[in-house]
Amino acid sequence: MSLTAADVAEIMRLVEQSGFDELNLEINGTKISLRRGSPAPGVPAAPAVAAAPAAVASTPKPASDPDVQDLPAPLLGTFYRAPKPGAPAFVEVGSQVSDDTIIGIIEVMKLMNTVRAGARGTITEIIAADGALVEFGAPLMRVRKSG
Amino acid sequence: MQRILIANRGEIAVRIIRTCRSLGLQTVLAASAADLDSVPARLADRTVCIGPARPADSYLKVETIVHAARATGADAIHPGYGFLSERAALARLCESSGVVFIGPTAAQIEAVGDKLRARAEAEAAQVPVVPGAAVTEVDAAVAAARNIGVPLLVKAVGGGGGRGMKRVDVLADLPATLELAAAEAGAAFGDARVYLERYVASGRHVEVQVLGDGEGRVIHLGERDCSTQRRYQKLVEETPAPGLSQDRRTALHEAAVRFAQRLAYRGAGTVEFLVDKERDTFYFLEMNARIQVEHPVTEAVTGVDLVAEQIAIASGAGLRLQQGDIRLSGCAIECRINAEDPANDFRPSPGQVQEANWPHLAGVRVDTHIAAGSRIPPYYDSLMAKIIAHAPDRAGALSRLRQALAATRVSGVHTNLAFQARVLASAEFQAGGFDTGFVARLLGVSA
Repeated sequence: MSLTAADVAEIMRLVEQSGFDELNLEINGTKISLRRGSPAPGVPAAPAVAAAPAAVASTPKPASDPDVQDLPAPLLGTFYRAPKPGAPAFVEVGSQVSDDTIIGIIEVMKLMNTVRAGARGTITEIIAADGALVEFGAPLMRVRKSG
Repeated sequence: MQRILIANRGEIAVRIIRTCRSLGLQTVLAASAADLDSVPARLADRTVCIGPARPADSYLKVETIVHAARATGADAIHPGYGFLSERAALARLCESSGVVFIGPTAAQIEAVGDKLRARAEAEAAQVPVVPGAAVTEVDAAVAAARNIGVPLLVKAVGGGGGRGMKRVDVLADLPATLELAAAEAGAAFGDARVYLERYVASGRHVEVQVLGDGEGRVIHLGERDCSTQRRYQKLVEETPAPGLSQDRRTALHEAAVRFAQRLAYRGAGTVEFLVDKERDTFYFLEMNARIQVEHPVTEAVTGVDLVAEQIAIASGAGLRLQQGDIRLSGCAIECRINAEDPANDFRPSPGQVQEANWPHLAGVRVDTHIAAGSRIPPYYDSLMAKIIAHAPDRAGALSRLRQALAATRVSGVHTNLAFQARVLASAEFQAGGFDTGFVARLLGVSA
């Protein structure tokens, strides 16, 4: 099956009427990316969502070693290093992590949010203390990247 | 109460910090990553980064704001205006988390946020409302519309402030407009209900500032005329409203007080009215359950610090003022200075401000968060400053305000300074008492 021009027009019409700003579609190897045009005059452009938190003023400078990177807090909340009090920490200095490795929990009004490393390497430093308030973008740990 | 978390940004954050300092209260500013080097972030005793620039990920996150307040030892949250100021969810989470919400109760926010419910409360308080009707199904709506007459407005129950309205000039268009309005209201406000209201062709926007103790005692602090609007966005506000008879003025004040009393309203609020010039009468529009952008004109003529009164009421000190304490002295006019380009349909003009010289003149107040080098991020509204002039009479206030605008220098971004000077110089503004079609007439466009 391949997409005809009429199919594409129909898809565009559906996106136009939907609440979505962007569509990425792949059918049998055919890829379509649709994005809404610039907004109407008078409406500020929809801000892009930063995939990774931007560096913030209160964040200490990352280590000068280019292979060492900060793992920033993805949201403001109370940081916990272990799944429950008394349990072993998710990671320690020296732990090997990959993108999906859970490195802690950030609690916001009793809602527990899992924090993943988002990088591959070895933890070299734990910066945020267990039970501390961490701000959005604040460094939680440092990792020496590998691979 | 010792420490207040400010869940807002811009000039209102600076304004709240100023009063907190004078009261000896510590401040924590909850700021997005885009505002960490802003003037309020520098002025606050502490700033916490609550999330990325996008409001939905920072300033609009109810749980994050309350968590930040608790974790920083703040006793109370001041929501400012906009953002979460009229979200019952924030007031409710504060109520259940032992944090004081500086504003009305969650139930009061809900009562005035539902525009149909607010209409019903107004009627119960013997406050006139614009002839209108709830919409349940199309046939009944068409019948109701026949009674109301065209042109009429289809309004969203969850709307307000000029959002969620559609004008219908021909009855035959009503069913299609209803369908569209309901779909848009559902998407924009999460509430697809709409209602009908007569379209008042020549109306003035006059609102009354009230303070309530939450136990049923309410006072008013005079009115503000906000008829200088472009597409429902206020540009200039003044008090008193020019050219109103004393009877009309008193009737407006009393209607606002009756409405707020009926809700046993707590804190500072504003009851908005449409003054129908053709029929020489007035109607309730809506109540804003927050501090308003234009509150400084009321402060200028009353000498009351409205933010301090909000804090006093929230802290349990009650309403410290009696109606007899309120003396309205002189006239005050406020101009909003926005980062926008009047030559390009008032398109927002974010960027970095190079020079920002605000006027220092007798009788002139400037509320701003903008200094040389300040950044105006594209994510938020374009308000840069409010310039407020006060004098014994309207001509004096107007003259001072025009001098103040002439003495203001801002570069690096487009502003509406020259446009505001044009507004103030126009014969219609000088005469006062015009309807909300004034700015459109000045621009030579239909309203």
